[in-house]
Amino acid sequence: MGEMKRHLNELRVGESAVIDSFTDPDLQVKLLEMGCTPGETIQVEKFSPLGDPVAYNISGYILSMRLAEAATVTIRSQR
Amino acid sequence: MAKDKVISRKIALVGNPNSGKSTLFNALTGLHQKTGNFPGVTVDKKTARVALHNAMGSVIADYIDLPGTYSLHAKSLDEEVATNVLIDESNEAHPDVVIIVADATNLKRSLFLAGQIIDLGIPSILALNMMDEADAQGIHINHAVLQSRLGIPVVPVSARAKTGLQQLQELLVQEPVAPQLPFISIANLAPEERKQLQADHTEWSEYKCLVKLHQEVKKGSTRFQSVNSSAVQAEETLLRYGTIATILDAIQLKQQAVPARTRQLDRLLTHKVGGFIIFFILLFLVFQTIFFLAEYPMMWIEDSFAWMRDQLISNLPSGFFTDLLTNGILAGLSGVVVFIPQIALLFFFIAMLEDSGYMARVSFIMDKVMRKFGLHGRSVIPLISGMACAVPAIMGTRTISNWKERIITIMVIPFMSCSARLPVYTLLIALVIPDTYVGGVFNLQALVMMGLYVFGFVMAIGAAFIMSKLMKSTEKSWFILELPVYRIPQWSNVFYTIYDKVKVFLTDAGKVIIAVSIVLWILAGFGPGEEFKHVGAEITLLQDQHPEPNDSVAYEIKIRQAKQLELSYAGRIGKTIEPIIAPLGYDWKIGISLLTSLAAREVFVGTMATIYGAGDEENTDPIREVMQREKHPDTGLPVYSFATGISLMIFYAIALQCISTIAVVRRETKSWMWPSIQFIGMGLLAWICSFAVFQLLS
Repeated sequence: MGEMKRHLNELRVGESAVIDSFTDPDLQVKLLEMGCTPGETIQVEKFSPLGDPVAYNISGYILSMRLAEAATVTIRSQR
Repeated sequence: MAKDKVISRKIALVGNPNSGKSTLFNALTGLHQKTGNFPGVTVDKKTARVALHNAMGSVIADYIDLPGTYSLHAKSLDEEVATNVLIDESNEAHPDVVIIVADATNLKRSLFLAGQIIDLGIPSILALNMMDEADAQGIHINHAVLQSRLGIPVVPVSARAKTGLQQLQELLVQEPVAPQLPFISIANLAPEERKQLQADHTEWSEYKCLVKLHQEVKKGSTRFQSVNSSAVQAEETLLRYGTIATILDAIQLKQQAVPARTRQLDRLLTHKVGGFIIFFILLFLVFQTIFFLAEYPMMWIEDSFAWMRDQLISNLPSGFFTDLLTNGILAGLSGVVVFIPQIALLFFFIAMLEDSGYMARVSFIMDKVMRKFGLHGRSVIPLISGMACAVPAIMGTRTISNWKERIITIMVIPFMSCSARLPVYTLLIALVIPDTYVGGVFNLQALVMMGLYVFGFVMAIGAAFIMSKLMKSTEKSWFILELPVYRIPQWSNVFYTIYDKVKVFLTDAGKVIIAVSIVLWILAGFGPGEEFKHVGAEITLLQDQHPEPNDSVAYEIKIRQAKQLELSYAGRIGKTIEPIIAPLGYDWKIGISLLTSLAAREVFVGTMATIYGAGDEENTDPIREVMQREKHPDTGLPVYSFATGISLMIFYAIALQCISTIAVVRRETKSWMWPSIQFIGMGLLAWICSFAVFQLLS
């Protein structure tokens, strides 16, 4: 393994990853409720024209969040 | 046989935002619906009473549409209302049956909230909505298996296509049955603390204790300090999604995908360049429509009220009550009704944008800019609408869920130059700005007009920035927002939105506006002392002697009407406040206009016309000429110098001279504090800026 910890805000358009864990307890609850559960695949759908927020494709729908919020989600690469 | 017993049953609709909950509510209730407020909060409460029948009997169904929510652990005011209605049996809106509205095309997330409601133990029915779309996407849901897994009845429906509604209503007539099994086991979630709560409230269900526990922690209760609320909620969420995964397995539902059409539209509508161009074209259309298209119905309304007024005057004996009726009440009523076209048109657009799914994209592309000024992506549409009229714009801030961002938006909207300021600007610009061209191309008067609009916008943004630094808020601002699938707007949803907003405006804000109009009528129509009565008698005499006055008699009457206004209470107030407004370059006549402008800014033009006894309101030229000739009694200099004119424009651009706005802000914030701060703050700012401008220019 030895993989560096990456965060959701580092993904570029079209890239996808698997949600691993969360660093902000309050946002964690909100994101989990919205279906961002660990193990779930998340893909960058597109960036807002000004680069922030970002739209993600997760469990069959589009969820947008600010980069600062995406930075609280740690991800691992897909197997 | 036993007599038919009429049973009444409270039925709540609960579901995620964008689950089609409102469409289902509209389909079930039609025009029976009423809009009110949940006690103490500004969250809309839609209810409807409908009689349901089947072979077994009849039921009076009292439907209630709860705010859209993703979870019972509320994150916003709207969600909190939904939670409280569902968990609190003593709440007057607490339902006997819950219809859980689930989006069949996004079942996984819909089942999360469903599971929470099942665990509360309230009798529930799952309405599997948008079945038509699911069918079109080739999604097949084995609802019999789903039903046995959930332990509650499952009915496939399509609120848009109006299918499955009968089956749903059939179930509602039957005796409600509580869910058979818990969705998850909460045995390991804060067991100790839950036991403590349970001991005090033996009648509460296990899960209700847990929801209450989180509410206590959120409130800062010291008793449950040991609970790590977010960790417990996170654990609960994971358990629920675990159960959901096994259910989805059992019904063999494959991973659902975002429809291709939505992704294609997004490529265009949130495109780096194209996205903004389309957005600004849309804004331009909305603005133009509210600004220009609304003018025609507004004109018809004003004309019909003027006609009614004439009819009453000529058919009723002249006197106090006729005058109160025509110039007080009818004028106030006209001032209320005249807003309806703008409100209806604005909410037509808002409902269309909201219902199609585009509104979420507006927030998405504008959030970064708005955030810099303490606002939210959702503040854009209300701010722009403020350029037409602040009243509907402020009502449109409901879509902003963060309290602080919503308050800031409401507070700065009146800085945007609204259409009522236009006639004032037009008159003043014609008065003091020369009709010349700058650089041979740009008309100077048009440039000043545009400058005033830009000035209003800059003030709004600046004020928002300052307020965002001053206001404290514990509520986190976040942008975790679902971008829903694009759908063709439902006419019924658009219609009910317009109907609702117009009704709420008429009943709530309307009262205040009429009351204030009557007060202003008293101030302008009555005066202390014999002299006032004397002038009044002269006018009556002239009018009686000349039923059809010629020009010179009409002029004599107008001069006396101007004198009468000077002697009235409004005139006295104008003279009293003269020392305060003199540093801005205004005399008592302008003072009266500032006062009467409170009914609505455009009244400025009318009051000026009365004071100067010249011309009618339609044509500003004669007033302009009389105003230009006006000399100051002490100095002999023109009253309307360049400096005074600019100072007045600045004053009108900033000050909150609009009773309707104050009434709406009070309604939307549920307090007199915010409108007071707004009125005083904007007034002071207007005074300071006008003072600075006048002193600089004169």
